[in-house]
Amino acid sequence: MQAINQSILTLILLVPLAGAILVAIAPDRVKLPNWIALATTLFTFLLTLHLPAHFVLGQSGFQFEINHPWIEDPAIYYHVGVDGLSLWLVVLTGLLAPVGVLASWNAIKERRKIFYSLFLVQQTAMLGVFVSLDLMLYYGFWELSLVPMAILIAMYGRKDGPKAALKFFLFTFIPSAPLLVAILWLYARTGSFDFATLRLLIAQGSLPAGALFWAALAFLAAFAVKVPVFPLHGWLADTYKEAPVALAMVVAGKLGLYSMLRFHVGLFPAQAREMAPLLIALAVIGVLYGGCLALVQRDFWRLIAFAAVSQLSLIVLAIYGLTFTGWNGGVYQILSDGVAEGAVFLLLGTLYDHYATSQISAYGGLAAKLPRVTGFFVLTSLTMVGLPMLSGFVGEFTILSSTFTGVSRGWAITATLGVILSAAYMLWLVQRVFYGPESALASSQPAGDLRFRELSVLVPLAVLMLVMGVAPSLWFTTIQTGVHPPQVRDFAHDRPNVLTLPSIEPNASAREGQR
Amino acid sequence: MNGSLYLWLIPLLPFAGFLLNGVFGRRFPKWLATTIGLAAPLVSFAVAVNAARGLLGFAPAYASLPYVETCPVGWINVGALHVGFSFVLDQLSMVMLLVVTGVGLLIHIYSVGYMHDDPGYARYFSFLNLFLFFMTTLVLAGNALLMFIGWEGVGLASYLLIGFWFYKPSAANAGKKAFLVNRIGDFGFLIGLFLILANFGTLSFSGVAAKLATSPAWHGGVLTAIALFLLLGATGKSAQLPLYIWLPDAMEGPTPVSALIHAATMVTAGVYMIARTHFLFDRSPFALGVVAIVGAATAFFAATMGLVQNDIKRVLAYSTISQLGYMFLGCGVAAYSAAIFHLMTHAFFKGLLFLAAGAVIHALGGEQDMRKMGGLWKKMPVTFATMTAAVLAICGIFPFAGFFSKDAILYAAYLNNGVGGKILWGVGLVTALLTSLYMFRLWYMTFLGEPRSEAAHHSHATPNSMLAPMVILGVLSLCGGWIGMERFGGFLAPAAGAMPTAHGSEHLEIILSIVAVLVALEGWLIADKYYRRKPERPAQLAAAVPGCYKTLTHKYYVDEFYGAICVKPLLAVSEYVLDWIVDVAILGGAAWLLAGIATFVGAILQRWQSGNLRSYAAWLAAAAAAALLFILVPWAAAWPASIHFIFRTAGR
Repeated sequence: MQAINQSILTLILLVPLAGAILVAIAPDRVKLPNWIALATTLFTFLLTLHLPAHFVLGQSGFQFEINHPWIEDPAIYYHVGVDGLSLWLVVLTGLLAPVGVLASWNAIKERRKIFYSLFLVQQTAMLGVFVSLDLMLYYGFWELSLVPMAILIAMYGRKDGPKAALKFFLFTFIPSAPLLVAILWLYARTGSFDFATLRLLIAQGSLPAGALFWAALAFLAAFAVKVPVFPLHGWLADTYKEAPVALAMVVAGKLGLYSMLRFHVGLFPAQAREMAPLLIALAVIGVLYGGCLALVQRDFWRLIAFAAVSQLSLIVLAIYGLTFTGWNGGVYQILSDGVAEGAVFLLLGTLYDHYATSQISAYGGLAAKLPRVTGFFVLTSLTMVGLPMLSGFVGEFTILSSTFTGVSRGWAITATLGVILSAAYMLWLVQRVFYGPESALASSQPAGDLRFRELSVLVPLAVLMLVMGVAPSLWFTTIQTGVHPPQVRDFAHDRPNVLTLPSIEPNASAREGQR
Repeated sequence: MNGSLYLWLIPLLPFAGFLLNGVFGRRFPKWLATTIGLAAPLVSFAVAVNAARGLLGFAPAYASLPYVETCPVGWINVGALHVGFSFVLDQLSMVMLLVVTGVGLLIHIYSVGYMHDDPGYARYFSFLNLFLFFMTTLVLAGNALLMFIGWEGVGLASYLLIGFWFYKPSAANAGKKAFLVNRIGDFGFLIGLFLILANFGTLSFSGVAAKLATSPAWHGGVLTAIALFLLLGATGKSAQLPLYIWLPDAMEGPTPVSALIHAATMVTAGVYMIARTHFLFDRSPFALGVVAIVGAATAFFAATMGLVQNDIKRVLAYSTISQLGYMFLGCGVAAYSAAIFHLMTHAFFKGLLFLAAGAVIHALGGEQDMRKMGGLWKKMPVTFATMTAAVLAICGIFPFAGFFSKDAILYAAYLNNGVGGKILWGVGLVTALLTSLYMFRLWYMTFLGEPRSEAAHHSHATPNSMLAPMVILGVLSLCGGWIGMERFGGFLAPAAGAMPTAHGSEHLEIILSIVAVLVALEGWLIADKYYRRKPERPAQLAAAVPGCYKTLTHKYYVDEFYGAICVKPLLAVSEYVLDWIVDVAILGGAAWLLAGIATFVGAILQRWQSGNLRSYAAWLAAAAAAALLFILVPWAAAWPASIHFIFRTAGR
């Protein structure tokens, strides 16, 4: 067991890569690439499940660590490990990979070898981002996660794939250049790429504060575009509209958000705290802005894109609220969002495959013909809306309540308005696609409800939404052991200010203004 | 003996029923779907009765009130937030639980006949069971967040059932509208929860009550804020001003659903929530005043709108809103147990009114327009008899159930401080007149006179599975109030506070009762005159005051007002300002400008590198070089200070 624990992360990273090579050399016959990719991703998923199964709760810090010198000069180490924050993200990535393969099963008809091998490379890259503890290694995976994505969008996208790929490329590559510069600058000053070493040095104040601010800003810019944070979300709607479903479901959110947690707030807590007010404001604006725009979209991919802006902004609010409760709620919300996005893309993908349009107005009255799609879609929508007992509510309530008690009442109340908007755009979408009289499009096609292939994925996702809504402790116990920066752990406002004496609050507004 | 009462079975059995019928229902034979659909509420009701028997001393008492069951595994345990699943049975939740499961069971039985030929039969029962799951959770919840689960959940069940016939655009619209308007209320509820959490550090009702008890001088201030936000939640769920607009449209759902959810149980959740958190409302006279005014105003306005409706279900919908207004009025004068008393009797007679209306609609093949009814008393004697009992009950005629509960509320309002109380009482009394008027109007138009359409001539028979629940509710509409306010209030006092009627007198109470009954009889007389003796008069009256009539039939243009003030501006701003100007023009333009610059730089670099570099690498190098320059140039050190300044000022 010890041997497995010491090599599990390497295995997790290598298996998709090996699968990619296998796909590349195997012949493209009778869906062989599909099957190899499915087997690889399922095996990787099983491997990722090893992590929570053997995670030691009492032990703080990183586990399953591997730290080998890789290149001597510059001193790059192959240093990987997971803690409470990244553990479940690795599992989520593992889970969404077979979902993505099954979602592409019939949608990708040509050049399958290239598609599936790049898809698997992308898989390794994303997993690598979550486990890297050496900044250079991390940067390598980060860049690696962008390249196959851009190529796949360009090659396998819908009508305007290349244009969307270019937009994605410009938005995400340009900010990663300053990220590289900042990493190199840190190395030049300290001689180390190691996360723990750098964190300690920065906390001790052995680096000039002014320059650190710039470094932190460079990190933030790269992550904020990738999340995306308002107003840097320009690439998202086009990417969602054009990208293959399997990629669209993983392109936004978790990579950027995790990087914010680990490498922005985690590495530069003091600087992040100075930037927090701006990010809180942008996040709250993003919640409402995304919600308002989702209301008026005519294309369901674009609607989901703006819904994602709204939902991801809530997590940004959690991260920069810098409360312990909010942080853990934020991580939980990343997981919940990942599951819900996976389901939503799979379902809309089947509709798109069948009816070949994403114009909402062309749909209508599908519920009678497609009861299963309708059922799963309503359930997923309710998760996104944040209905209690489903996974979306736990994170949402945790984030909003901790923002209210620990950060700012005004921002929290404003962000809470998002719950009305989310219900409005999702239920309106449900109504326009599934309810009402049958549209011409719906009656022109024979019914094509979900079959075993889709159900084998959707049923587990649906169960997961329910279990995550009812028993979040299964996840929170591990998430809470994560490596939190001291600014988050010791945040004084985190605990509610319990009154013991009658207190009329003349200075309530003053307290609101403090942060 | 401290045996468990198995309270957790009460919500979980309906949930199991929901899952079974919801997932496999389409493949089940009808008898199996029926068995599952009925077994869940039946066993839940039995468990609830068993618990009540034990606690009321009919059986050896093996627990004392409040009786608490807590799930050993918590729900949300993270950081400073600790919320568990705990069910509390006290006098308040016991009454509510018996009403919900009892009336729920009857309406499940009724539905077997009513929905018999519907293709979505199993789906219907799964949704109905889902509703019962959430409603019992709401009732039994020991903390505010658990109550919120039930609160949002019943909204979901309501959404699904209003839109049950989803292929009708009106039904799909009504379901969505109900959910969204409720969400506005839920927003208030959430803020209330945050405020409770921030000020008390707990969400459990007993915890908040205990903390309040330690600081008896604490009034108003943040407590007023909490109470008002909770009230916003309650007005959404219980269809009070200003959020009542969803309930009339909710009549698009099947009629048993209207009976169960939109009359007897779910819409009363707001009243229950206020009674449950009464210790907070008690500390804020201002908030209580708002509750009373909202209640009285809603009662009156809804009654006026009920006068001119021709759809039998819509009359009942407005009457529900109006009766809920009475309950809010009761809460607002701190007579919580009177409000709960009226909630209970209302569940009997309003549930029955809807079931009887459903029987009529069923018999007439779906006809809901009262102008096409008439003369049905001969053809549907049982329906007519039970409906009559319910009408007499809602009008507050002695000795029917509604008399006792409505009387208790009006009496408490009359005794409430000074002139304000008298005004509230006056509004309540006028509403009683209107209530009696529109209810007898419905009664005359539906059952008396001559049949006014083919359908009314050839009505079908009503199956016994529908009649039996109606008869039971008919008996309850008659005797449900005989326990009397004094005993009922005494029983509820430990959980819902004592009745604030200490300085009243028996004489006064009797005089006020007589006045109320006389007013109700006057309403009957007017209805008799207009709808039996001179049936041409209503049309003449409507023609005489066309503006007034039009305002009423258009429901005071509130829907139009909200559309013009909230919905349309929001959509217009989102589309034209946010989407076109901000997103496409400003942000999109900026992005392509940057892209143009990058392409330009890339092109130069490419030439400089004699075209060997791929464009990706070129961009990377260009950006890296630019950033490097930025950091290395000495005067860059001056920049952070100014950026710091921007960050510090932004976001405040």
